[in-house]
Amino acid sequence: MRRPRMAAVLCTAALLCAAWVQAEDWGRYAVDGRRSGYTYAAAETRAMQDDEFDNPGSLWLARGAELWQTAEGQAGKSCASCHQEAAASMRGVGARYPVFAPELGRLVNVEQRINQCRREHMGAAPWATESEPLLAMTAYVKHQSLDLPVNPAIDGPAAPFFARGRHIYHTRRGQLDLACIHCHEMNHGNMLRAQRLSEGMSNGFPAYRLKWQTLASLQRRMEGCMRDVRAEPYADGAEEYVDLELYLAWRARGLPVETPAVRN
Amino acid sequence: MTSRFVHLLALGLIGGVVQGATAAEGPSAPNYEIKDYAIPSPLTSSPGSPERGRAVILERELGNCLACHAIPLDAEFPGSVGPPLAGVGARLTPAQLRLRVVDSKVLNPASAMPAYFRSSGLNRVQAEYVGKTILTAQQVEDVVAFLATLK
Repeated sequence: MRRPRMAAVLCTAALLCAAWVQAEDWGRYAVDGRRSGYTYAAAETRAMQDDEFDNPGSLWLARGAELWQTAEGQAGKSCASCHQEAAASMRGVGARYPVFAPELGRLVNVEQRINQCRREHMGAAPWATESEPLLAMTAYVKHQSLDLPVNPAIDGPAAPFFARGRHIYHTRRGQLDLACIHCHEMNHGNMLRAQRLSEGMSNGFPAYRLKWQTLASLQRRMEGCMRDVRAEPYADGAEEYVDLELYLAWRARGLPVETPAVRN
Repeated sequence: MTSRFVHLLALGLIGGVVQGATAAEGPSAPNYEIKDYAIPSPLTSSPGSPERGRAVILERELGNCLACHAIPLDAEFPGSVGPPLAGVGARLTPAQLRLRVVDSKVLNPASAMPAYFRSSGLNRVQAEYVGKTILTAQQVEDVVAFLATLK
Protein backbone atom coordinates (compact mmCIF):
# COMPACT_ATOMS: atom_id res chain seq x y z
CA MET A 1 0.00 0.00 0.00
CA ARG A 2 2.75 2.38 0.92
CA ARG A 3 4.82 2.17 -2.25
CA PRO A 4 2.06 3.00 -4.73
CA ARG A 5 1.09 6.00 -2.62
CA MET A 6 4.70 7.19 -2.57
CA ALA A 7 4.86 6.76 -6.33
CA ALA A 8 1.67 8.77 -6.71
CA VAL A 9 3.06 11.58 -4.58
CA LEU A 10 6.28 11.65 -6.58
CA CYS A 11 4.40 11.59 -9.86
CA THR A 12 2.18 14.47 -8.76
CA ALA A 13 5.18 16.47 -7.61
CA ALA A 14 6.94 15.85 -10.91
CA LEU A 15 3.87 16.93 -12.89
CA LEU A 16 3.47 20.08 -10.83
CA CYS A 17 7.14 20.94 -11.37
CA ALA A 18 6.79 20.34 -15.10
CA ALA A 19 3.70 22.55 -15.22
CA TRP A 20 5.48 25.25 -13.27
CA VAL A 21 8.54 25.17 -15.50
CA GLN A 22 6.40 25.24 -18.64
CA ALA A 23 4.03 27.98 -17.47
CA GLU A 24 4.70 30.87 -19.75
CA ASP A 25 4.20 34.45 -18.70
CA TRP A 26 1.68 35.79 -21.20
CA GLY A 27 1.51 39.17 -19.50
CA ARG A 28 -1.67 41.07 -20.30
CA TYR A 29 -2.82 38.29 -22.66
CA ALA A 30 -3.71 36.15 -19.62
CA VAL A 31 -6.02 37.21 -16.78
CA ASP A 32 -6.87 34.93 -13.84
CA GLY A 33 -5.82 31.90 -15.87
CA ARG A 34 -8.02 32.86 -18.85
CA ARG A 35 -5.93 33.32 -21.98
CA SER A 36 -6.49 35.24 -25.19
CA GLY A 37 -6.45 33.36 -28.50
CA TYR A 38 -3.17 35.25 -29.01
CA THR A 39 -1.47 32.82 -26.60
CA TYR A 40 -2.66 29.81 -28.62
CA ALA A 41 -1.48 31.25 -31.95
CA ALA A 42 1.87 30.36 -33.52
CA ALA A 43 4.77 32.74 -32.89
CA GLU A 44 4.75 33.94 -36.51
CA THR A 45 0.98 34.62 -36.31
CA ARG A 46 1.52 36.68 -33.16
CA ALA A 47 4.34 38.60 -34.84
CA MET A 48 2.04 39.31 -37.80
CA GLN A 49 -0.61 40.70 -35.47
CA ASP A 50 1.87 42.84 -33.56
CA ASP A 51 3.36 44.56 -36.60
CA GLU A 52 0.90 47.11 -37.98
CA PHE A 53 2.45 46.83 -41.46
CA ASP A 54 2.31 43.03 -41.50
CA ASN A 55 -1.14 42.82 -39.91
CA PRO A 56 -3.55 42.40 -42.86
CA GLY A 57 -6.30 43.88 -40.68
CA SER A 58 -4.63 47.28 -41.12
CA LEU A 59 -6.17 47.47 -44.60
CA TRP A 60 -9.64 47.38 -43.07
CA LEU A 61 -8.65 49.97 -40.46
CA ALA A 62 -7.53 52.36 -43.22
CA ARG A 63 -10.79 51.80 -45.08
CA GLY A 64 -12.74 52.36 -41.85
CA ALA A 65 -10.93 55.67 -41.25
CA GLU A 66 -11.93 56.81 -44.76
CA LEU A 67 -15.54 55.77 -44.29
CA TRP A 68 -15.66 57.58 -40.94
CA GLN A 69 -15.20 60.86 -42.83
CA THR A 70 -17.48 59.99 -45.77
CA ALA A 71 -20.91 61.64 -45.85
CA GLU A 72 -23.64 59.26 -46.99
CA GLY A 73 -27.44 59.15 -47.03
CA GLN A 74 -30.22 61.72 -47.14
CA ALA A 75 -28.99 63.65 -44.08
CA GLY A 76 -25.66 64.31 -45.80
CA LYS A 77 -23.76 63.29 -42.69
CA SER A 78 -20.68 61.21 -42.02
CA CYS A 79 -19.88 59.47 -38.74
CA ALA A 80 -17.52 62.36 -37.98
CA SER A 81 -20.36 64.89 -38.37
CA CYS A 82 -21.73 63.77 -35.00
CA HIS A 83 -18.91 61.78 -33.38
CA GLN A 84 -15.92 63.96 -34.45
CA GLU A 85 -12.63 62.20 -33.72
CA ALA A 86 -13.13 58.46 -33.35
CA ALA A 87 -10.01 58.17 -31.19
CA ALA A 88 -11.83 60.13 -28.49
CA SER A 89 -15.52 59.42 -29.07
CA MET A 90 -15.23 55.69 -29.74
CA ARG A 91 -12.64 54.88 -27.08
CA GLY A 92 -14.12 52.28 -24.74
CA VAL A 93 -16.88 51.14 -27.12
CA GLY A 94 -15.03 48.01 -28.21
CA ALA A 95 -14.41 47.06 -24.57
CA ARG A 96 -18.03 47.52 -23.50
CA TYR A 97 -20.19 46.10 -26.30
CA PRO A 98 -22.60 44.43 -26.79
CA VAL A 99 -24.87 46.64 -24.67
CA PHE A 100 -28.57 46.70 -23.83
CA ALA A 101 -30.46 49.10 -26.11
CA PRO A 102 -33.57 50.33 -24.23
CA GLU A 103 -35.24 51.57 -27.42
CA LEU A 104 -35.03 48.08 -28.92
CA GLY A 105 -35.50 46.05 -25.73
CA ARG A 106 -32.55 43.82 -26.61
CA LEU A 107 -28.76 43.80 -26.91
CA VAL A 108 -26.96 45.43 -29.86
CA ASN A 109 -23.41 44.78 -30.97
CA VAL A 110 -21.14 47.26 -32.73
CA GLU A 111 -22.20 46.12 -36.21
CA GLN A 112 -25.87 46.61 -35.37
CA ARG A 113 -25.23 50.01 -33.74
CA ILE A 114 -23.39 51.21 -36.85
CA ASN A 115 -26.32 50.21 -39.04
CA GLN A 116 -28.79 51.74 -36.59
CA CYS A 117 -26.88 55.02 -36.91
CA ARG A 118 -26.90 54.77 -40.70
CA ARG A 119 -30.65 54.23 -40.82
CA GLU A 120 -31.77 56.65 -38.14
CA HIS A 121 -29.26 59.49 -38.29
CA MET A 122 -27.71 59.37 -41.76
CA GLY A 123 -30.69 58.22 -43.79
CA ALA A 124 -28.38 55.68 -45.42
CA ALA A 125 -28.98 52.03 -46.26
CA PRO A 126 -27.57 49.61 -43.68
CA TRP A 127 -24.46 47.70 -44.69
CA ALA A 128 -24.88 43.97 -45.30
CA THR A 129 -23.49 41.44 -42.83
CA GLU A 130 -19.86 40.59 -43.59
CA SER A 131 -19.67 43.33 -46.26
CA GLU A 132 -16.31 45.07 -46.58
CA PRO A 133 -17.56 48.47 -45.32
CA LEU A 134 -19.27 46.94 -42.27
CA LEU A 135 -16.18 44.88 -41.39
CA ALA A 136 -13.99 47.95 -41.92
CA MET A 137 -16.11 50.28 -39.79
CA THR A 138 -16.57 47.68 -37.02
CA ALA A 139 -12.84 47.02 -36.90
CA TYR A 140 -12.09 50.75 -36.94
CA VAL A 141 -14.51 51.47 -34.09
CA LYS A 142 -13.31 48.57 -31.94
CA HIS A 143 -9.66 49.37 -32.67
CA GLN A 144 -10.13 52.69 -30.86
CA SER A 145 -10.25 50.58 -27.66
CA LEU A 146 -7.02 48.74 -28.47
CA ASP A 147 -5.44 47.40 -25.26
CA LEU A 148 -8.33 48.47 -23.02
CA PRO A 149 -9.59 45.60 -20.85
CA VAL A 150 -12.83 43.98 -22.03
CA ASN A 151 -15.50 45.00 -19.54
CA PRO A 152 -19.12 44.36 -20.57
CA ALA A 153 -22.15 45.03 -18.35
CA ILE A 154 -23.93 41.76 -17.58
CA ASP A 155 -26.21 42.98 -14.81
CA GLY A 156 -29.36 45.12 -14.81
CA PRO A 157 -31.28 45.00 -18.09
CA ALA A 158 -28.51 42.92 -19.73
CA ALA A 159 -28.87 40.09 -17.20
CA PRO A 160 -31.54 37.97 -18.95
CA PHE A 161 -29.67 38.23 -22.27
CA PHE A 162 -26.43 37.25 -20.59
CA ALA A 163 -28.20 34.24 -19.05
CA ARG A 164 -29.45 33.20 -22.48
CA GLY A 165 -25.96 33.57 -23.95
CA ARG A 166 -24.54 31.39 -21.19
CA HIS A 167 -27.22 28.78 -21.86
CA ILE A 168 -26.37 28.72 -25.57
CA TYR A 169 -22.69 28.30 -24.72
CA HIS A 170 -23.46 25.23 -22.63
CA THR A 171 -26.04 23.59 -24.92
CA ARG A 172 -25.04 20.65 -27.08
CA ARG A 173 -26.01 21.00 -30.73
CA GLY A 174 -25.67 19.44 -34.15
CA GLN A 175 -25.17 15.89 -35.33
CA LEU A 176 -21.83 15.87 -33.48
CA ASP A 177 -23.70 16.86 -30.30
CA LEU A 178 -21.12 19.30 -28.93
CA ALA A 179 -21.48 22.51 -26.93
CA CYS A 180 -18.97 25.38 -26.96
CA ILE A 181 -17.68 24.16 -23.59
CA HIS A 182 -16.50 20.82 -24.96
CA CYS A 183 -13.77 22.41 -27.06
CA HIS A 184 -13.18 25.78 -25.44
CA GLU A 185 -13.49 25.02 -21.72
CA MET A 186 -12.73 21.31 -21.42
CA ASN A 187 -10.15 20.87 -24.18
CA HIS A 188 -8.38 24.16 -24.81
CA GLY A 189 -4.73 23.53 -25.49
CA ASN A 190 -5.51 20.12 -26.99
CA MET A 191 -5.14 19.48 -30.70
CA LEU A 192 -8.16 19.03 -32.95
CA ARG A 193 -6.25 17.38 -35.75
CA ALA A 194 -3.66 20.06 -36.66
CA GLN A 195 -5.51 22.91 -34.94
CA ARG A 196 -4.81 23.88 -31.34
CA LEU A 197 -8.07 24.55 -29.52
CA SER A 198 -8.21 27.96 -27.86
CA GLU A 199 -10.51 29.25 -25.14
CA GLY A 200 -12.73 30.87 -27.78
CA MET A 201 -12.05 34.40 -26.58
CA SER A 202 -13.68 37.19 -28.58
CA ASN A 203 -11.41 40.12 -27.72
CA GLY A 204 -9.68 40.26 -31.12
CA PHE A 205 -12.76 40.39 -33.39
CA PRO A 206 -13.29 41.29 -36.13
CA ALA A 207 -10.10 39.30 -36.69
CA TYR A 208 -8.07 38.46 -39.77
CA ARG A 209 -8.40 34.70 -40.21
CA LEU A 210 -5.51 33.15 -42.13
CA LYS A 211 -7.67 30.18 -43.15
CA TRP A 212 -10.24 32.49 -44.75
CA GLN A 213 -7.74 35.11 -45.98
CA THR A 214 -10.00 37.92 -44.85
CA LEU A 215 -11.18 39.87 -41.87
CA ALA A 216 -14.11 38.03 -40.28
CA SER A 217 -16.82 39.03 -37.83
CA LEU A 218 -17.46 37.14 -34.60
CA GLN A 219 -20.80 36.01 -36.02
CA ARG A 220 -19.06 34.40 -39.00
CA ARG A 221 -16.64 32.63 -36.64
CA MET A 222 -19.54 31.33 -34.53
CA GLU A 223 -21.33 30.11 -37.66
CA GLY A 224 -18.15 28.26 -38.63
CA CYS A 225 -18.08 26.43 -35.30
CA MET A 226 -21.77 25.52 -35.62
CA ARG A 227 -21.30 24.11 -39.12
CA ASP A 228 -18.28 22.15 -37.87
CA VAL A 229 -20.53 20.30 -35.43
CA ARG A 230 -23.21 19.98 -38.15
CA ALA A 231 -25.59 22.30 -36.32
CA GLU A 232 -28.04 24.70 -37.93
CA PRO A 233 -26.63 28.23 -37.57
CA TYR A 234 -28.96 30.98 -36.39
CA ALA A 235 -30.42 33.49 -38.84
CA ASP A 236 -28.18 36.38 -39.83
CA GLY A 237 -28.19 38.96 -37.04
CA ALA A 238 -30.23 36.73 -34.70
CA GLU A 239 -30.46 37.78 -31.06
CA GLU A 240 -28.91 34.45 -30.08
CA TYR A 241 -25.60 35.49 -31.65
CA VAL A 242 -25.57 38.79 -29.77
CA ASP A 243 -26.53 37.13 -26.48
CA LEU A 244 -23.70 34.66 -27.01
CA GLU A 245 -21.41 37.56 -27.92
CA LEU A 246 -22.12 39.11 -24.51
CA TYR A 247 -21.33 35.83 -22.76
CA LEU A 248 -18.06 35.55 -24.72
CA ALA A 249 -17.19 39.16 -23.85
CA TRP A 250 -17.71 38.30 -20.17
CA ARG A 251 -15.46 35.26 -20.55
CA ALA A 252 -12.85 37.61 -22.05
CA ARG A 253 -13.27 40.20 -19.28
CA GLY A 254 -9.98 41.85 -18.39
CA LEU A 255 -8.24 40.70 -21.57
CA PRO A 256 -7.14 43.53 -23.88
CA VAL A 257 -9.11 44.48 -26.98
CA GLU A 258 -6.87 43.24 -29.83
CA THR A 259 -8.95 44.19 -32.89
CA PRO A 260 -7.83 43.41 -35.52
CA ALA A 261 -6.26 40.19 -34.19
CA VAL A 262 -4.67 37.63 -36.51
CA ARG A 263 -5.77 34.04 -36.02
CA ASN A 264 -5.41 30.69 -37.77
CA MET B 1 -35.10 12.70 -19.01
CA THR B 2 -33.34 11.42 -22.10
CA SER B 3 -33.46 7.79 -22.98
CA ARG B 4 -29.68 7.48 -22.77
CA PHE B 5 -29.73 8.74 -19.22
CA VAL B 6 -32.32 6.11 -18.42
CA HIS B 7 -29.94 3.58 -19.98
CA LEU B 8 -27.19 4.78 -17.73
CA LEU B 9 -29.36 4.47 -14.64
CA ALA B 10 -30.41 1.00 -15.66
CA LEU B 11 -26.80 0.00 -16.29
CA GLY B 12 -25.65 1.41 -13.01
CA LEU B 13 -28.45 0.01 -10.89
CA ILE B 14 -29.05 -3.43 -12.26
CA GLY B 15 -26.35 -3.96 -14.87
CA GLY B 16 -28.99 -5.78 -16.84
CA VAL B 17 -30.19 -5.88 -20.41
CA VAL B 18 -31.58 -2.70 -21.92
CA GLN B 19 -33.06 -2.15 -25.30
CA GLY B 20 -31.32 0.57 -27.31
CA ALA B 21 -33.21 3.49 -28.79
CA THR B 22 -35.53 2.42 -31.55
CA ALA B 23 -36.13 5.16 -34.06
CA ALA B 24 -38.16 5.28 -37.22
CA GLU B 25 -35.60 6.81 -39.54
CA GLY B 26 -35.31 3.92 -41.96
CA PRO B 27 -33.12 0.91 -42.53
CA SER B 28 -30.16 2.20 -40.50
CA ALA B 29 -32.29 3.30 -37.57
CA PRO B 30 -30.45 2.53 -34.35
CA ASN B 31 -31.74 -0.67 -32.80
CA TYR B 32 -29.42 -2.65 -30.57
CA GLU B 33 -29.17 -4.27 -27.19
CA ILE B 34 -26.81 -3.05 -24.48
CA LYS B 35 -25.59 -5.68 -22.03
CA ASP B 36 -22.81 -5.43 -19.44
CA TYR B 37 -21.61 -2.04 -20.73
CA ALA B 38 -21.29 -3.38 -24.27
CA ILE B 39 -23.25 -4.24 -27.42
CA PRO B 40 -22.60 -7.97 -27.81
CA SER B 41 -24.37 -8.51 -31.14
CA PRO B 42 -23.05 -7.02 -34.39
CA LEU B 43 -25.33 -4.43 -35.97
CA THR B 44 -25.19 -6.19 -39.35
CA SER B 45 -25.27 -9.75 -40.60
CA SER B 46 -22.20 -9.17 -42.79
CA PRO B 47 -18.99 -9.04 -40.74
CA GLY B 48 -16.97 -5.86 -40.38
CA SER B 49 -13.95 -5.32 -42.61
CA PRO B 50 -10.79 -3.86 -41.02
CA GLU B 51 -9.68 -2.48 -44.41
CA ARG B 52 -12.93 -0.58 -44.90
CA GLY B 53 -12.86 0.46 -41.24
CA ARG B 54 -9.44 2.00 -41.73
CA ALA B 55 -10.83 4.11 -44.60
CA VAL B 56 -13.86 5.19 -42.54
CA ILE B 57 -11.55 6.24 -39.69
CA LEU B 58 -9.40 8.35 -42.02
CA GLU B 59 -12.25 9.97 -43.98
CA ARG B 60 -12.99 13.43 -42.58
CA GLU B 61 -16.66 13.32 -43.59
CA LEU B 62 -17.16 9.92 -41.90
CA GLY B 63 -15.27 8.82 -38.79
CA ASN B 64 -12.70 11.62 -38.81
CA CYS B 65 -11.32 9.81 -35.76
CA LEU B 66 -7.89 11.44 -36.09
CA ALA B 67 -9.49 14.79 -35.28
CA CYS B 68 -9.40 13.73 -31.63
CA HIS B 69 -7.39 10.48 -31.34
CA ALA B 70 -3.83 9.42 -32.06
CA ILE B 71 -4.12 6.13 -33.98
CA PRO B 72 -1.28 3.92 -35.21
CA LEU B 73 -1.89 4.82 -38.85
CA ASP B 74 0.31 6.51 -41.37
CA ALA B 75 -1.37 9.90 -40.90
CA GLU B 76 -0.11 13.31 -39.85
CA PHE B 77 -1.30 15.57 -37.05
CA PRO B 78 -3.58 13.41 -34.92
CA GLY B 79 -5.68 15.24 -32.33
CA SER B 80 -5.26 14.97 -28.56
CA VAL B 81 -8.83 15.56 -27.35
CA GLY B 82 -9.50 11.84 -26.84
CA PRO B 83 -7.16 9.09 -25.61
CA PRO B 84 -4.64 7.46 -28.00
CA LEU B 85 -6.07 4.28 -29.50
CA ALA B 86 -2.90 2.20 -29.73
CA GLY B 87 -3.63 -1.12 -28.05
CA VAL B 88 -7.35 -0.42 -27.71
CA GLY B 89 -8.13 -3.80 -29.29
CA ALA B 90 -6.30 -5.48 -26.39
CA ARG B 91 -7.97 -3.37 -23.72
CA LEU B 92 -11.55 -3.68 -24.97
CA THR B 93 -13.58 -6.45 -26.56
CA PRO B 94 -15.34 -5.88 -29.90
CA ALA B 95 -18.63 -5.66 -27.97
CA GLN B 96 -17.21 -2.91 -25.74
CA LEU B 97 -15.70 -1.10 -28.73
CA ARG B 98 -19.09 -1.28 -30.48
CA LEU B 99 -20.92 0.57 -27.68
CA ARG B 100 -18.20 3.23 -27.57
CA VAL B 101 -18.54 3.89 -31.30
CA VAL B 102 -22.34 3.66 -31.32
CA ASP B 103 -22.93 6.01 -28.37
CA SER B 104 -20.14 6.52 -25.85
CA LYS B 105 -22.38 8.86 -23.86
CA VAL B 106 -24.27 5.81 -22.60
CA LEU B 107 -21.15 5.20 -20.52
CA ASN B 108 -20.18 8.81 -19.88
CA PRO B 109 -22.91 11.41 -20.42
CA ALA B 110 -20.35 14.23 -20.16
CA SER B 111 -18.21 12.87 -22.99
CA ALA B 112 -17.31 15.06 -25.95
CA MET B 113 -17.31 12.04 -28.27
CA PRO B 114 -20.14 12.10 -30.81
CA ALA B 115 -22.48 9.11 -30.97
CA TYR B 116 -21.74 7.65 -34.41
CA PHE B 117 -24.94 5.62 -34.59
CA ARG B 118 -27.64 7.81 -33.10
CA SER B 119 -29.98 10.20 -34.88
CA SER B 120 -32.48 11.16 -32.19
CA GLY B 121 -32.28 13.29 -29.07
CA LEU B 122 -30.12 15.86 -30.86
CA ASN B 123 -30.51 19.65 -30.97
CA ARG B 124 -30.48 22.02 -34.00
CA VAL B 125 -29.04 19.43 -36.40
CA GLN B 126 -28.26 20.92 -39.83
CA ALA B 127 -31.04 20.13 -42.29
CA GLU B 128 -28.99 17.79 -44.47
CA TYR B 129 -28.12 15.57 -41.46
CA VAL B 130 -31.53 15.42 -39.77
CA GLY B 131 -32.60 11.85 -39.06
CA LYS B 132 -29.25 10.49 -40.20
CA THR B 133 -26.56 8.75 -38.19
CA ILE B 134 -22.92 9.80 -38.72
CA LEU B 135 -22.01 6.24 -39.73
CA THR B 136 -24.11 3.42 -41.16
CA ALA B 137 -24.45 0.16 -39.24
CA GLN B 138 -21.96 -1.46 -41.63
CA GLN B 139 -19.45 1.37 -41.17
CA VAL B 140 -19.71 0.96 -37.39
CA GLU B 141 -18.93 -2.75 -37.77
CA ASP B 142 -16.00 -1.91 -40.08
CA VAL B 143 -14.55 0.57 -37.56
CA VAL B 144 -14.97 -1.95 -34.72
CA ALA B 145 -13.21 -4.59 -36.84
CA PHE B 146 -10.29 -2.24 -37.43
CA LEU B 147 -10.02 -1.14 -33.79
CA ALA B 148 -10.01 -4.80 -32.73
CA THR B 149 -6.77 -5.23 -34.74
CA LEU B 150 -4.97 -2.61 -32.60
CA LYS B 151 -3.38 -4.99 -30.10
